[in-house]
Amino acid sequence: MSDFLRSYLTVAIFGGLAVGMVAVMLGVGRFLRPDRPQDQKYLTYESGVDPVGTGWSQSQIRYYIFALLFVMFDIEAVFIFPWATRLEAYGLFGLVEMAIFVFILLLGLLYAWRKKVLRWV
Amino acid sequence: MIPVLASVLAQVGDVVPIATPEVEWSAILPLVILAAGAIVLLTLGSLVPSFDQPGVPAAATVAIALASIIAAVPVWQRVQDPDRGPISAVGGAIGIDGFTVFVTVLIALAVILGALLLDDYLRREDLDGVEWYVLVLLAGVGAVIMGSANDLIVVFLGLEALSIAVYVLVAMHRTRVESQEAGFKYFITGAFSSAFFLYGIALVYGATGSTNLVAIADRLATTLALDDALLLVGMGLLLVGFAFKISAVPFQAWTPDAYQGAPTPITAYMAGAVKVGAFAAIFRVFYLGLGQYAVDWQPIVYALAAVTMVVGSFLAVVQTDVKRMLAYSSIIHGGFILIGVQAATEAGVQASLFYLATYVFVVAGSFGVVTLVAGPGDAATSLEDFRGLSARRPVLALVFTLFLLAQAGVPLTSGFFAKFYVIAAAVSVSSYWLALVAMLASVVAAALYLRIIVAMYLADADDTADRPRIRIPVTAGIALAAAVVVTLGAGVLPGLLTEVVGDAVPVLVAQP
Repeated sequence: MSDFLRSYLTVAIFGGLAVGMVAVMLGVGRFLRPDRPQDQKYLTYESGVDPVGTGWSQSQIRYYIFALLFVMFDIEAVFIFPWATRLEAYGLFGLVEMAIFVFILLLGLLYAWRKKVLRWV
Repeated sequence: MIPVLASVLAQVGDVVPIATPEVEWSAILPLVILAAGAIVLLTLGSLVPSFDQPGVPAAATVAIALASIIAAVPVWQRVQDPDRGPISAVGGAIGIDGFTVFVTVLIALAVILGALLLDDYLRREDLDGVEWYVLVLLAGVGAVIMGSANDLIVVFLGLEALSIAVYVLVAMHRTRVESQEAGFKYFITGAFSSAFFLYGIALVYGATGSTNLVAIADRLATTLALDDALLLVGMGLLLVGFAFKISAVPFQAWTPDAYQGAPTPITAYMAGAVKVGAFAAIFRVFYLGLGQYAVDWQPIVYALAAVTMVVGSFLAVVQTDVKRMLAYSSIIHGGFILIGVQAATEAGVQASLFYLATYVFVVAGSFGVVTLVAGPGDAATSLEDFRGLSARRPVLALVFTLFLLAQAGVPLTSGFFAKFYVIAAAVSVSSYWLALVAMLASVVAAALYLRIIVAMYLADADDTADRPRIRIPVTAGIALAAAVVVTLGAGVLPGLLTEVVGDAVPVLVAQP
């Protein structure tokens, strides 16, 4: 085994220890705790109130489009911050590249606006 | 404006400028046209309401793809010119050679065929939106990037651009549950395969110290690694990632479901474009970048090709849905193209390119016919629905027969020479058993194509009485006619195509 792979042995041992510890703790708990099953214990906990309806109900997702838009600007920020700190070193090339990048993302925002995504329904 | 900015930037003080890459704009113009065209199309579609009328986005897409092909002509002349030759662009991340230009044109042609088939389909299904065409173009951009990548990271970028656009396209039919299901299945397995690929990149980087294919090839050629376990594992993971994309057995499970559930024109497009992109990237990564280790990856590709052809053929024969049969048949074709990869010679590359070029047209034509026959909601795709097609639409049945015979590899069609060249490439590197398996598999697969042909031609008259009339719209007719011309043309005069393919040699060019 090469040195490189040997250094991964540490990771494997660590992973094995983690799995082992969880298994031991849960296993010991299983043997020590009292076991008195009751139907009520299997109900969904809703702050003491009896649950109504099924767990598989449809809910309206209004936020997902905003989440998608957020990802767009988030990625923009991820690239702009490191670029801004070293703008002078990147020079004109970097400026033009970032302008193109931001412009394409702006077109995406324009598209979202025209598709009436930005309106709260 | 720009000089002012430049002078401001110059005054900042003693700054050590970071070396910025040289961008050869003229060399990557075909790619830029496709990408910019997609963005312009999306913007126009959202700003100008009248733009979203039937026919307009399709015409715009065809125009963009044609412009890209025209822009590729001077690049082709430039790389074929012995004085100038292939170049590397964008700081060595992209390689422009005959291979790249050939793949670019092939993808642009696939985009045109896809757009022509989509136009009437969207009207028929009462779907709208330029988004379909934008995604078709963006998928094409991804495939072109894969075919021109000189860097593993760029390969991955292309792979993701291609895949994500295609995932969405597969699930784009809002009212068909099968479409959504297919998109979901394709997305899950595709994302999984991307993870394999990325891990492979990481390990190859760890083993060679670079993600650039030129640097990798250099390093492998100059240094003898005593312990190459890391590189071998990385190579294996890269191959798994690619095998998912080209749906090689045993990574083919998603293919029948995704192909069957996808809107049929999209199936026609993705079957061609995804395979072209993935195989082009395989050649760049394995044939060029990891060519020194061909002895190690050839046996794996050998086994993949053999298993793909055999298992694909036998699974295909028992199907009863034409769309699903054609999906399995595309798996078999993947196996055949892998034979060219396995050879790892220039003849192998050219045989595979020839196969891909003819395959794009045959598969677009086949699924194009299915699009028309299937009717509203892509409902009528079972073998029963094709019974007696010759009585209802004789020309359509004849055209479909031609495509099926081409897929079977019958002489006078493009499929014959495609199969002939890959098998010849296998024989020339003494892979006799693989050649034998290929020939046997094509015999088994022929049964599949003959079943459809028999169903079309041998049926009682009352079978076809109460069927709705099949409409053949003009745009789809043009696409089918073009596919027929290429399929027959390459079958009668293969020399025209082999000459071009012979010049489409992939080479690695270091950054100047």
